[in-house]
Amino acid sequence: MRNMFADKFYDLASEDARLCIVVADISPAGSIQKFREAYPERFVNTGVAEQVMIGMCAGMALRGLRPFAYTIATFALFRPFEMIRDDLCYHNLPVTVVGIGGGVTYSTLGGTHHAQEDIAIASALPNMSVIAPSDPAEAAAATQWCARENNGPAYLRLGKAGEPDLTSQSDEPWVFGKIRKIRGGESVAILAYGTITAQAVKLAQALGAAGRTAAVFSVHTLKPLEFSGLAQILKTYSHVVTIEEMAPMGGLASAVKSFAFDISARCRIDSFSLKDEFIHCYGSHADLLEAHGLGVKTMLEKLGAAR
Amino acid sequence: MTTTRSPNSLDIAAARLRCANFRRRILEISQQVSALHVAPAFSCLEIVDVIYHALMRRDAKGKLIDTFLMSKGHGCLSQYVILEAFGILNRSDLDDYCTPRGRLGAHPDYGTPGIAASTGSLGHGMGIATGMAHADKILGIDRRVFCVLSDGEMQEGSTWEAMMMAANLKLSNLISVLDMNDFQGLGRTSETHPAFYPIADKVSAFGFEAVAVNGHDASAIEEAFLGRRADRPLMIIGKTVKGRGVSYMENAPIWHYRSPNPEEYATALAEIERAENGAAL
Repeated sequence: MRNMFADKFYDLASEDARLCIVVADISPAGSIQKFREAYPERFVNTGVAEQVMIGMCAGMALRGLRPFAYTIATFALFRPFEMIRDDLCYHNLPVTVVGIGGGVTYSTLGGTHHAQEDIAIASALPNMSVIAPSDPAEAAAATQWCARENNGPAYLRLGKAGEPDLTSQSDEPWVFGKIRKIRGGESVAILAYGTITAQAVKLAQALGAAGRTAAVFSVHTLKPLEFSGLAQILKTYSHVVTIEEMAPMGGLASAVKSFAFDISARCRIDSFSLKDEFIHCYGSHADLLEAHGLGVKTMLEKLGAAR
Repeated sequence: MTTTRSPNSLDIAAARLRCANFRRRILEISQQVSALHVAPAFSCLEIVDVIYHALMRRDAKGKLIDTFLMSKGHGCLSQYVILEAFGILNRSDLDDYCTPRGRLGAHPDYGTPGIAASTGSLGHGMGIATGMAHADKILGIDRRVFCVLSDGEMQEGSTWEAMMMAANLKLSNLISVLDMNDFQGLGRTSETHPAFYPIADKVSAFGFEAVAVNGHDASAIEEAFLGRRADRPLMIIGKTVKGRGVSYMENAPIWHYRSPNPEEYATALAEIERAENGAAL
């Protein structure tokens, strides 16, 4: 996703002189390095100083530019939080805050590097759009939307590298604010966003093998959430499952369950999320997800579909 | 070393008269609301006045080219009365200050005419000003950003992050003025934070040009600006008196937020008038 973001940003910024990138000592190589060499003034590295990364983006946007702030998700959102709230959201400025390695992607770096509450916190901010693409192609589409269409602040949660393609076979294009079906199925609907959508697809395959065909939806736009699309899903499927690499409160599970209550949906709903805990576990990304109870086998057992 | 001369020239007698009138207007507003930031506005009044009247440039139609940013948002009454005098804000805007029928609150709000950014939470102005100044360089626009800060917000790490970047980017179009009135929430800054001084040394160590002046002396502020090196960002450090102009408000923390009662109001007006007549003699 990181490289896809960099390539897409380079292409877009080569055509639009208003696009700038302000990084805090973390930057993708490749295309962003090329951008830096071609347009040195439009690439700013504030160093290990995230508050001024956001403050500068606000000042640049107030002058008509369209800046992207970029660093590891925890440092992009949590460290300069009040600048994001006051300087970007209160002013309603077109600045995209890119958080890489959302969730527990940085699986060997410990809790200081895990953005496990980011979606809930970003979603609570007025004017903020919250996007978490499910695969590299969605990351490119979301980057383009942020660069071209967006007129307010956005939080763009990305993974890191090596995410599989999940969406090229989908009949539906990526559209901001639209829930997107990326795999068909009849008896279960699985809703997910971000890199963990790959686990959702594996879970769907496993459910299929157990005789329960499962559709997978990419809920890449968490705010604004498409409630009309969600209503359709809650009415169509008798069993809905949410999976998210995020805290159990303030994310997709909370939104789906409260909305289901509002519309008196009759389907069964199961939700899987990160635990409400700082876990001290080091290993692969898959190891961390497993430790949080997000392994495919664990989820299958909870759904009563383990063989 | 280069100096850039402002097209406006400062008439000191006129500036004194203006500031006396602005103090009267702020006191007048204070009689309509129970609480407002009189003293923090009085401490930076000469600073804000000289920036608007002598340092900021105007285009052929008289429109301000340069940007003013009140990082110490609680001093905004000093800005409101000047914007009113310019006709950018209406008399009714100030009469309706802090009421539901009005549009002005106790901190500047983006979207209000003449207000370039919302402030109030301290430590945000310098970062925004740095972004604006860098954007103007990218865009190739000859425009300056004037940013007024308080000594309290110089304790915010974010202010120093921004100063580091402004100096790294050699933003000579960023002019900051520090309203050093030596007061913050829990007392005199020089007593609570003695290791904070001298501020000018720290500012210049961060790559700014730092010039210390009397912050109520409009000529000294203008000279510091005109004599600047113009190869790096500038901070004019103005030593000021909180509540300046009304004896019982000077250096008295309660006047950070309180409004004077009718008797105190009359005393304040009389003092401003006496000072005005004295200055005229």
